[in-house]
Amino acid sequence: MTRTALVLGVLLLAFLLALPAFAGSYLLSVATLILFFAYAGQAWNVMMGFAGQLSLGHSLYVGVGAYAAGALFFHYGVGPWAGIWLAVALCVALGAVIGFLAFRFGISGVYFALLTIAFAEFTRIGFDHIAWLGGPGGMFLKVAQRDTIDLASFRGPPEMYYYAMLALAAAAFAFCAWLLRSRAGYYWQAIREDEEAAQALGINTFRWKMLAVIISSAMTALAGVFFAFYYNNLFPEQIFHISRSIEIILGPIIGGLGTLFGPILGAAVLTILADGITEILAALGWEIPGVKQVFYGLVLLLVIMFLPHGIWPALARRIGLGR
Amino acid sequence: MSALLSVAGVSKSFRGLKAVANVSVDVPQGAIVALIGPNGAGKTTIFNMIAGVFAPDQGSIRFCGSAIHGLRPDQVCAAGIGRTFQLVKPFAGLSVLDNVIVGALERAPNVSAAKKHAAEIVEKLGLGAKRDQPASALTLPDRKRLEVARALATRPKLLLLDEVMAGLRPTECDQMVEAFRALNREGLTILLIEHVMRAVMALAQGIVVLHHGEVIARGAPEDVVRDPAVLGCYLGEEVAV
Repeated sequence: MTRTALVLGVLLLAFLLALPAFAGSYLLSVATLILFFAYAGQAWNVMMGFAGQLSLGHSLYVGVGAYAAGALFFHYGVGPWAGIWLAVALCVALGAVIGFLAFRFGISGVYFALLTIAFAEFTRIGFDHIAWLGGPGGMFLKVAQRDTIDLASFRGPPEMYYYAMLALAAAAFAFCAWLLRSRAGYYWQAIREDEEAAQALGINTFRWKMLAVIISSAMTALAGVFFAFYYNNLFPEQIFHISRSIEIILGPIIGGLGTLFGPILGAAVLTILADGITEILAALGWEIPGVKQVFYGLVLLLVIMFLPHGIWPALARRIGLGR
Repeated sequence: MSALLSVAGVSKSFRGLKAVANVSVDVPQGAIVALIGPNGAGKTTIFNMIAGVFAPDQGSIRFCGSAIHGLRPDQVCAAGIGRTFQLVKPFAGLSVLDNVIVGALERAPNVSAAKKHAAEIVEKLGLGAKRDQPASALTLPDRKRLEVARALATRPKLLLLDEVMAGLRPTECDQMVEAFRALNREGLTILLIEHVMRAVMALAQGIVVLHHGEVIARGAPEDVVRDPAVLGCYLGEEVAV
């Protein structure tokens, strides 16, 4: 990374750290949401952007992570710090099963994507039938409205959630930056560009693709844990829904696949866009159902048409950052 | 002394069509051997069997004394065989240097060591000025050079070259020949598939001629190019005039 990029990154981080000082509660919730999608997008980007393995079922890991930590808290009052481990373990196990099935038996490309959708879908349907987790009626975590911060059970004011998400997103950024420059990063990109050539250069493609899935699912599990304790209500129909997977992947795609800033930029653009359109339509009095989605889709279409590699690569070239 | 690479009685069929029938090729340590023959003679099929893309139906392939048939391509590479692809396969989105670093990582302890080694190889193959360009921006001759650079970066004992001269101008071809000669002097053994006879004659110490999946001639270059069977099926009047 160049000096300019480093300076930009530090400035951005300083701005985000200072944000709660002047942002209202609405703005803070939008910012938290942006960071959430930036983080989840970063996690998905490891699999698709780095290693070229298209997952359309990342809601699976958000959901399982959320339910795992949520259930421990709901039933036994165990806080998320223990729940994280269960969430990560379960998601890594699921990711490893999906990866093994696909990579061992040569399922790739769109068929791999279908497999990821299938797992997310039957988990969604399965969770509807688990009464212990609330079934279709959902699971509700006890909300104690308080101004003091209770870190042990991760309860506190919106600022606490904001800073927690900021820490996660920043850590994910640094971790991905490190990954990309490591042996794994080189191998993943080689596999993404041409798997046969990668193998001829001595890369055990099965092993490295498995690693990508495992890292990505573990990271996404943490997003799920956060989701559970931030929103406090979990419904299989929502959390495992394919639209949630799509929400996660739109950020990195719009922002720039395989880039480090892409997921952050994409999440910001999309979240602000979605909220902005709602505001504008409300101001205009055009509150017709579906109009928001039409505008949203239209903007996505334009971005893809004019910036096929995403916003970040084009922007980086414009301000002279290379990649 | 036994050969570095020994392909013995290898056969391969695709859906009943015999692509390679009972072919044996020995590549002695330190030699340059060329595999020639008309299109569809089975040359690339033999390469793919050596490189582990698929296993032979019959026969054995031994490298450094141990059997390598049935190994995966990455295991063959780890054993010390580097290969290039006839239809070049650059990592298009990565820079030239990064392409070569991927290969160098095979035997480098860490990324910075791989970077150093890759930079030397990029320089050696005349790609130094283009090292930061994306591979997708390279011309075909440069992409061929990149194929070679990437394979070399894995520090092979044996290098398999699949038509790396095709599409090169005569001067570029001569540069490549010079580069391979230098590598050979440093101890690299080379097995090449080649249609450009100019390069074959300049490089090869031994030639094996394939036709319809079978060996029809083998020996020293000057003998093989005078062999009537070879002239009839492959070289034709080009050499006969």
